[in-house]
Amino acid sequence: MLGLWRKIRRTGRVAEAAPPRPDGERPEAARRLGGSVQVRHVDAGSCNGCEVEIGSAFGPVYDAERYGARLVASPRHADALLVTGPVTRNMAEPLRRTFEAVPQPRLVVAVGDCARNCGVFAGAYGVVGPVSEVVRVDVEVAGCPPRPEAIVEALRKLTGR
Amino acid sequence: MQALLVVAVAPLLVGLMRQIRARLEGRAGAGVAQPWRDLRKLLRKERIAPRGTSEVFRAAPLVLVATTLVVAVVAPFVTTASAIDPVADLFAVVALLALGTVALALAGLDTGTAFGGMGASREMTIIALVEPTMLVAIVALSVRAGSTNLATIVSSTLHDPARLVSPASLLAAAALVVVIVAETGRLPVDNPSTHLELSMVHEAMVLEYAGPDLALIELASAMRLTVFLGLLANLFLPWGIATTATPLALLLGVLALLVKIALLGAVLAAGEVFLAKLRLFRVPELLAGSFVLALLAVAASFFLA
Repeated sequence: MLGLWRKIRRTGRVAEAAPPRPDGERPEAARRLGGSVQVRHVDAGSCNGCEVEIGSAFGPVYDAERYGARLVASPRHADALLVTGPVTRNMAEPLRRTFEAVPQPRLVVAVGDCARNCGVFAGAYGVVGPVSEVVRVDVEVAGCPPRPEAIVEALRKLTGR
Repeated sequence: MQALLVVAVAPLLVGLMRQIRARLEGRAGAGVAQPWRDLRKLLRKERIAPRGTSEVFRAAPLVLVATTLVVAVVAPFVTTASAIDPVADLFAVVALLALGTVALALAGLDTGTAFGGMGASREMTIIALVEPTMLVAIVALSVRAGSTNLATIVSSTLHDPARLVSPASLLAAAALVVVIVAETGRLPVDNPSTHLELSMVHEAMVLEYAGPDLALIELASAMRLTVFLGLLANLFLPWGIATTATPLALLLGVLALLVKIALLGAVLAAGEVFLAKLRLFRVPELLAGSFVLALLAVAASFFLA
C-alpha cells in the first residue's frame, strides 16, 4: 500500500494537456446533450485494433473522460454508439437492435477505416457492409487503427467541451 | 430544507469522489459538476420501458427517491431540533432505506433479463447481511442514550463527547463503515464504474433503465451515499450540528455537515484507489466480520459502561 502511494506521488499527473477544442460542424443532436455523452461501444466485427485505441483514448494519457464522455455498460444508458469494424452478417441485427435500444436523441460514431468503408475486409464473404449501410452514422473517425487523439477529437465534437 | 441540501449536494459529492479518484490515477477528471450535467441530460432524454415490464419497473425509481428523501428530511443532519422528530427513529430510517433497495431489486427482477435477476439476488444477499449489522451497531450507541431516536443519540453524544472513545463506540464505528461501503455499492464490495456485467451488483439491476428514470436512480443512489455518510458523520463526530433553530446555528450546521461529508467522501474515494474488488463469495465473510464487531459493540456498551 505504501509502495502504491509512493508510485502515485512519483508519477503525478500523466494526462497530457488538452489540445484546443476541435472546430467543424457538430451534429444537431449533440447540442441537446449539453456536455455529457455516455458512450456504448459496439464491436461489429473488428480485429480489436480499434478497441486497443479506444482503450487508450479513455486511459490516463488522453483521458477522454475529462471532456464529459464516459463508457457505459448498457445501450439504455448511452447517448452515442461507438461502432468498430466492418459489419459482419452475424452482427448486423444485433447492431440494429442496440441502436433501437438507445433512447433519443442518439448518435453513432463509426471508428476506423473498416467501419467507414470496410477497409481491408471489403468484399469478404462474411461482411454485410460499412456501418452506414446498417444504421445512420453521425461522425466518422478515419485510420487503421485511428490514433487515440482522433477518437478523442470525435468525442469532443459530441460533448462540445 | 435539509432535503433540498441533500439533493443539491449529493451529485456534487459523487463528482468530488470521481475527481479525487481521477487525480490519484493521474487523470485530469471531468470536474465536480459532471454528475449534474449527466442528470440534466438524462432528464431531457426519451423515456423507454422494455417490452414486458410492469408497473413495478416504473414505480421503483420513484420509491427509491421518495424513501431516500424522507430519510433526508427526518435524520439529524443539520439540526437535532427537527419538526418531525419522532420519525427519525433508528428502525424507521433503516427500514426506509431497505425499502428503497428492495424496490430496486424487484425492478431488476421485473425486467426478466439474466443480469437484472443476478444483480437482484446479489443485492438481497448483501442487504440480508448489512441490515442486521446496521441495526445492531446503532443500537450499541442507543443503549447509553436510552432512546432509539437518532436526534436523541446525536445530542446525548454532543453532551458527553468522552463516550466517542469508548470501546462500544469505536467498534460500532468500524462496523458501520464496512456496512456503509457495502450498502452504497463501493469498492471492495461493488465497483460503481464497472463495465463487466458478470461482476456487477447495483449496476446490474439498473441496466434496463433509460432517460428520466435512470436520472432518478442515479440521483437516489448519490443521495443514499450522502445520507449514509451524513449519518456516520453525525453519529460519531456530532460537532457543529445545530441544537437550536436559530439561523446562525443552522448556517453553522450546514457548513459543518458539508465539510464532514466532503472529508468522508474524500477518504472513501482515496481508499478505493488502493483496493481491488473482493470476490463475491468473500463478501459475506467481510460482512459477517462487521456483524461480529457490531455485536461486540453492543456487548461492550452493556458490560463496560
